[in-house]
Parts: sequence; structure tokens; C-alpha cells
Amino acid sequence: MKNQNVTSNLDWISILIYGALVILGWMNIYSSSLPIETVNFDISAIYGRQLLFIALTIPLIIVILSIDAKVYEKFAIVFYIVGILLLIGLFVFGKTVKGQTNWYGVGNFSFQPSEFVKTATSLLLAKYLSDALVILKNTKHQLIAFAIIGIPILLILLQPDAGSAMIFISLVLVLNREDLPDWYLWTGFFALLLFFGSLLIEPEYIIITIVVLIIIHFLRAKRINRNPLAYLMVFIVSTAFVLSVDFVYDNVLEPHQKDRINVLFDDGVDMKKEGYNLNQSMIAIGSGGWIGKGFLEGTQTKGGFVPEQHTDYIFTTVGEEWGFVGSTVVILLFVALLMRLLYLAEHQKTKFSRVYGYCVVSILFTHFFVNIAMLIKLFPTIGVPLPFFSYGGSSLWAFTILLFIFLKLDANKVNEW
Amino acid sequence: MRKLLLPSLIVAATLLILVKLFYLQVVDDSYKLKSENNAIKIVYEYPERGYIYDRNGKLLVANQPSYDLMVIPREIKNLDTLEFCKLLDITKQDFDRILKKAINHSPRLPSPFLTQLNRKDFAAFQEKIGKFKGFEIQKRSLRDYQVAVGANIFGYITQVNQAIIDNNPYYRSGDLIGKQGVEQEYEELLRGQKGVKYYQRDKFNRIIGPYKNGIYDTIAKQGEDITLSIDIELQKYGEALMANKRGGIVAIEPKTGEILALISAPSYDPALLVGRQRSRNYTKLYNDSIAMPLFDRGLLAEYPPGSPFKILTALIGLQEEVIDEQTTFFCRRGFSYGNRFMRCHDSGGFSLNAGMYSSCNTYFANVYKKTIEKYPKPSQGVDAWSSHLKSFGLGDYMGYDLPPGKRGKVPTTKLYDKYYSAGGWRSTTIISNAIGQGEILTTPIQLCNVMAAVANQGYYYTPHVIKKIQHYDIDAKFTTKHQTTIDQQYFPPVINGLFDVYNKGTASRLQVEGIEICGKTGTAENFTKIDGKRVQLTDHSIFVAFAPKDDPKIAIAVFVENGYWGARIAGPISSLMIEKYLKGTITRTDLEKRMFESSLEKEYAKVISGEPFSINK
Repeated sequence: MKNQNVTSNLDWISILIYGALVILGWMNIYSSSLPIETVNFDISAIYGRQLLFIALTIPLIIVILSIDAKVYEKFAIVFYIVGILLLIGLFVFGKTVKGQTNWYGVGNFSFQPSEFVKTATSLLLAKYLSDALVILKNTKHQLIAFAIIGIPILLILLQPDAGSAMIFISLVLVLNREDLPDWYLWTGFFALLLFFGSLLIEPEYIIITIVVLIIIHFLRAKRINRNPLAYLMVFIVSTAFVLSVDFVYDNVLEPHQKDRINVLFDDGVDMKKEGYNLNQSMIAIGSGGWIGKGFLEGTQTKGGFVPEQHTDYIFTTVGEEWGFVGSTVVILLFVALLMRLLYLAEHQKTKFSRVYGYCVVSILFTHFFVNIAMLIKLFPTIGVPLPFFSYGGSSLWAFTILLFIFLKLDANKVNEW
Repeated sequence: MRKLLLPSLIVAATLLILVKLFYLQVVDDSYKLKSENNAIKIVYEYPERGYIYDRNGKLLVANQPSYDLMVIPREIKNLDTLEFCKLLDITKQDFDRILKKAINHSPRLPSPFLTQLNRKDFAAFQEKIGKFKGFEIQKRSLRDYQVAVGANIFGYITQVNQAIIDNNPYYRSGDLIGKQGVEQEYEELLRGQKGVKYYQRDKFNRIIGPYKNGIYDTIAKQGEDITLSIDIELQKYGEALMANKRGGIVAIEPKTGEILALISAPSYDPALLVGRQRSRNYTKLYNDSIAMPLFDRGLLAEYPPGSPFKILTALIGLQEEVIDEQTTFFCRRGFSYGNRFMRCHDSGGFSLNAGMYSSCNTYFANVYKKTIEKYPKPSQGVDAWSSHLKSFGLGDYMGYDLPPGKRGKVPTTKLYDKYYSAGGWRSTTIISNAIGQGEILTTPIQLCNVMAAVANQGYYYTPHVIKKIQHYDIDAKFTTKHQTTIDQQYFPPVINGLFDVYNKGTASRLQVEGIEICGKTGTAENFTKIDGKRVQLTDHSIFVAFAPKDDPKIAIAVFVENGYWGARIAGPISSLMIEKYLKGTITRTDLEKRMFESSLEKEYAKVISGEPFSINK
């Protein structure tokens, strides 16, 4: 049974969906970057370059699949260290674009290390958690796991690139799957709820709500669990948090970050300035109707009304030209891929592959949700690409590597006895 | 349980996204509109308005180019207001006021900023239009009048108002539309169809090509040229004759119902309502509530018809067989009824012919009385009588191709029951109707139409000013014969009476050599209210006629307000008009000169003087 042919064990369902997404993505990039005067196919145009990037994924995939699955586990720490060094190196050699120092520029070619660090971090996290002695109920182990995730977050926040940092935070979901105590997630969830709540409503009302919730909880709890100190702690911490949100909003957030939050709540927004991107994005998507304006027929797309349409805003082209039906198809393709990967992850024979699979799903899911949600005013504008769709070699290759390492691990599971 | 967290999150997030997408794309329509506003630029191409010719092919109304400066408030960017205002010779206040109005209309649709710029203003501005983002020039065509008469026939063109824009999707702010006259009546033919081009534009507002390869574009359709039935020479002549008088003249070709002249005095030069001064001029005309130059007296003025109505009294009497040609009535300087008396200027025995040419009130009072009393109840008599009148087009809108005018008035049983309570009146109560002085009101065009029907011996065509449309037939209703309820055999005796009006009657001094004219004078009492009191004014001078007697080519009705008796002013004007139309030249130049020079301004001044005054002098 050893060393079976890789191709016959590959999960072709995932690969098919991957291929479909890449092709659909390219069609939309083509539409959004087509010049007005129709000229011959231009390889140096955006769509041309993306086609090149796509072509180059084929040798990349072959290499990934050819490497022995053991290598990814064994050298996880090496990948991670290299990744961290690359992030640190940015502060010296990095290229600053729009206030963010997150690119290496080599001649004509740019490269964004944070994309690849996602894979490296996932590998190391999987490696660490796969150690039979590591138990996430143990505080020390928790700290180490958090550190693996936290170091890149810290370095990325310094660039500063809040979007990418956020993706790493989603890895907490993986820890939760691997028996991290529930209260971490709940705390995080409530913190988020309180954060948006305090931006929307006066703090007094929120504090009253907290008090009411605590009383309800107290009355319903078993007598033995009624620890007054715990209730007091919860009250003090959440009240302090609510009150500090105002402070943070006023004194810590950058103006453009405030704008992104204001835009979400329609708070005195000028549609020509800070509200422009979101407004144009909503117009593009909203004008699509049921079946859209048709391929290459999007007026918003052709007129260039949506900025950066081929990168983070690529889904607006889908919305405008393919309508609700097309958007749903693309969304369901993503969901199908995520669900398939989750299914595969749960059926892995080693903890390493399972954890890694979970990391892949968490990262892809967060990208998918944050990217689309920000276009339709469900989430503040945060610049993250749509996996396999958005223009850019770094992101396409990084997602390809992330995915295909897992598919290699999955294909290899027959060898794991 | 932990295994379920991530899949649940994925499903929840996906549902959230799909619901929101469904709302944005399918439920909420506003984004489609916003997208069109963003990306589609609509450019209109206005065709030239159709020309207007007179019945002899003479060009009356042509076009001249004009330029409107349009503004799209939302697209104004980095405007040097000072330079802009200087270039257009307007103040900063003007600028702010007009812009505010435009924003109120719509921030993203073009509104007129300055209209009807001439070529010179436009040339200076055009050089710099590129600098003024949000402003554009819209070329339109304005009317160029070749004659200074006929304003009431032509009407005018004006910018559409908000109500029109709201109710008719064809019109956009700044578009022109015909108002009054044939400009209004034939608006759709004259204007043609504007062409529309949809362009796609990018975020810098640059046009990047036709939208959807132009499948929605339409080509402008040229306006239709129209030929009017008006004889412009006759029209000019009539307007000149009516100088310094108030009233209306209508001339119709009986065989076709074509209106040959439609004169309303006082009038105005149609060119006054073109160009940058139009609005000032219009206000001036509009505010003249005394002479009322915008009031088309030929169509709108309802006068008591007076003696010409006797023609109908006679025709109805003959038709109802209450009299024949020989029936004679005796007049003793008037007609007594009950304890009242209707004066008459003559005495003796009158048959139809003599009653007609000497306009004997007594004769017609008797005819009318017999007509009404033919029936068991006066109400039945009045019903029979008014249905005869209605068959001549009286008492209702006539359906001519000009703004609808007035209905006039034909009294009915219902009206008298209201006045006197049912059964409280009889033929003598309403005897004034016999001589056109009772409750009857007619407009000049209605009375002229009656003459046309008499000339035709029993039928008429709905009067109209259209003669030919370039590519279409004229409305079939104008070529449909309307038969009156009077049999053809009853007309000759009446026509002979009208002919004798010229031979030996009230118009004997107005004969025209070589033309056999049939006519009838009229002198109508009329009243006005001064400070709430009913005051009698000098009589209206009325004349109706047709000629030649055996082959009528023109029927005419002339009303001259407060011109005193019929043969004094209206009669001479009628005979001059007939001579002019049939012969082309005027032999009676003395009479012509007198009419040109006669002025009733003094008469009109009496009413507003505030002083007591006497009438009929």
C-alpha cells in the first residue's frame, strides 16, 4: 500500500471547485480590467498578468504535491521562522504602499510575505497541537498556542495591516475545535458585541442591559454556582470595556478607520469622500438585479466607478454582471469548498492534518466572509482579498499553497497507519 | 459539539450574505437608478420644428437657432464663479438664485441655466465651456416669424413647466412646448420627435462609448410642416381694419369649413414672445387686463348675437311650418306682450322678405311666439327650438383645431325652469330670444359658422385652420359634413331677404360693385358691472355676411365691441374684407381709410374713467 500514486488519492472535488473559482475569478478580472477600446489580448494588462499567475500555479501545485507530506510537518518550525524573519525584514526592505509596509519589491515583481505566513503559522500550530502531550486546557500550552498566532499578528499590526491581522485571529476557531476552553470564544464574542453595541447605542443603555442579563443569569443559576465575586467581575470588566470603547474610538482609531465604521452606520457620511467606495460598491452589486447586466456589460465596472475593483472589490463585478443568481453560485461554490475541506479535515487520521485542515478552512472562510460582507455593508471596510478570485500573484499562490498542502496531506492519509 | 461551531458559522454567515444580497439586488430598486445616473449620459438631439405656411403657400413661421445653457448642479466642479458670471453678464445673486432653482429641480438632471442665447453670446461662452464642468450647451430652435400678424392663430412656444414634466414623459426640463393656437394644437406634429443617444461614461464623467452599442438610441424625427387655411393677406387686412377697436372677425370658406381669417383685436406681434425679452413681454401682455391682447375674441368672446340671430328665428319658423314666405305681421312701432312692449324702429305690415331686410323686431317676435306656442307646453317649444340651434353648432364647443374656446349659450327648458320655476314662464317671457338679445350668447366663430351653413343651404363643416400636413391627412372630422335640422327648401327665401339687406335694407350703402353679398346687420345691447352696478354700454356693432350669393366663397362674422349700430363699423369692415378676398383690390378707398382711422378708444376709456358717461352717441 505504500507510496500510492498521489493523483488517484487526491480529492478531486476540492480541486474542481478550486479550478472553477480561479476561472470565474479570472473572467471577472478580465471584465473589470478590459480597456474601453477593444485591443488584442495584452499579456501586460492586468488580466494578462493574472492569466500568467494562474498558469504558474500549475508547476507550483506539482511541486507541492511532489514533496513528501512529512516535510511539511517536520520543517513547520523552519517555515514559520523564515516567515517571521520576512515580516521583520519588511521594516528594513519593505515597500510602503498607501501607508502600509507589507510588500517586498524585487524589480517588477512584488511579494507580500503575510500571505505566506498564514500557511507557515497554520503548519506550526498544527505541528504544536499534534503533540500528544499538548493539552489546551493547560494554561502554559494555551499561551504557547496563542504566541504562535500572536507573533505574526503583532508584526502585521505594526505594518500596519489590520485586515491580515484579523485573519490570524480567526485561527482561535481552530484552537476551540482542539478543546480550548469555551469562555475564550464567548469572551471574544461578547467583546465584539459590546464594541459595536457601544458605537451604536449610548453606553448607559448597554450597562443597564448587562445588569439585567446578570440578574437573569443569577436567578436561573444553581445555588452552588452563584458566585457573587464572579458576577461583580463580569460587571466591572464589561462596563469598563464599554466605557473604554468611546475612548478608543475617539483617541486610538485613525481617522480612516473611524470613517470605515461610520460608513457602516451611515453616520454623517459624504458619499463622495469616505463613503465613496462603499457606495459605489453597493451600486454595482445592487444594480445587478436577478441575473445581472451580462458579462462585460457592467456599467459600473466599465466606467471604473469602483476603485480597486480587480483586487479587493472583485466581487462587485460578479454582483453587477452576473446578478443575484451568479453571486449565489459563486458563494455556494465557496461554501461547498469550505464544507468539503471541513469534511476532509474531520476524516484525517493524524491530528496534524486535521488541525491544519481546520486552519485552512478558518483562513479561507474569514477571507470569504470579511471580503464580501464589507462590500455589502455588513462589515467595516477591511482590505482582504477574496481567495482565488482577487487579482494578485502573492495572494493566488499563497492560497494555492495553503490549500494544496492540505490536499497533499489528505491524499497521503492512506499511507498513515 | 465543537465540531459544529465552524460549519454553523459558515452557514450563518452565508445566509446573512445571501439575504443581504437578495435585498440589494432584487428587492431594492434604488441601486439600478443610481447606477444609471452614474454611468449613463443621455444626450438629446432636437429636430427643427415644422414650418407654418398660409393657404397660398406663403411662409409664415420659420425657425432660428438658439442656444440654452444647461446646468447639472452635481457635476459642477472648481467653478470660477466670478469669471463665469462676467462672461454671461449676470450677477453673483443671479447665479445663486438660478442654481438653487436648478438644484431644487434635480441635482443630477440638466436644468436650464440661461436660455435663448443668441449666436454671439453663445460663441463667447463656447470657447470656454470646457473649463466650466457641469455646464453644457443645448441647441434648440426658436420661432422666426415672417409676419407680424396672426399671433392668436399661431400661439407661441415656451419652456415646459413642472406640471408638464410630471405628466408627460416626453418633456424634460428646458424643453419647449407650443402654447395656444396651432402651436399647441399641432404640437406633436410640429415638434417632431427628439432623438436620444445613450452614452456610457466613466467615473471622470468622460464618455467612453455608446451604451449597449446604441440599441436604445433613437434618431430625431423632423417636425412636420403644416399649411394653414388662413389667407395671410386677408388676415393682415382684417387686423389693420380693427386697429384701435376691440372685437373679433372670423371668415370661413363655407364649402370646406376652412377658416380664412381669425382676427382678434387688439393683438400683438408674435415676435414679442421670442428671445431673452419674451418673459418680460409676456408679463406685460398678460397683465393688460383691460385690452386683454392675449384673449382671442374670435373664439372666446361670448356676445349676444343681436339681429343676425333673426336669420335663425326665420329658418326655424319655416321649418316648424308656423309661417311661410307670405305670412305677414303688423308692426305698430313695437310688439306688445302682456303689459310689456318691445320697441321697433318701423311700422306697417311685414312679410318674411321685408321683415328680414328692415330687421323688424315685431315680425320676428311673432314668428318666435308662434314657434314656441306650436307645442302644447312652452317647454316643448323651447326644446324643439334649441335643438334646431344646436344643429348649427351653437351652445357647445365646436371642435375646431384651436384651443377649445367657449361654448356660447343656448337656453333650454332646464334653464328657464330654474329662472322662473317650472311652469312659471311662457313664450312671451322669453321673447327677447327672437331677436338675439335674450339668454343667447354666441362667439364670433359660431356666428360665422351659422352664416356658412346658411350659405351652404343647410350644412357646414367644422371650422378649422389646418389645410395640409406634410405627411399626414388632416383629421377626418374636418371633412365630415354636418347637416342642420333645417330643410334645404327653406333657405332661398331667407337668403333672398339677406340679399335685400344690401339692396334696400340696413346695409344698402355698403354694396360692393360686382359682388352679390348677403348679410345682416346687428346692434346688440350689452352691459358691464362698474363697482357692482349693472351699467349699460354702447351697443356692439355686429355684421354677418356671405358672398357671392350664388356661389358662396366666404362667410364672415364681425363683432366690434361698443361700435354702436351694425352698419356703422362692423358692416363696412365686412364688406371691405369680402371685397379684399374676392377681388384682391379695394375700390372704396374712402371707406377703407375711414375704417383704418376710426378709433373706439374713447368709448373704451369711458368705462374705466370713473366718471358718469352717456352711451350710443
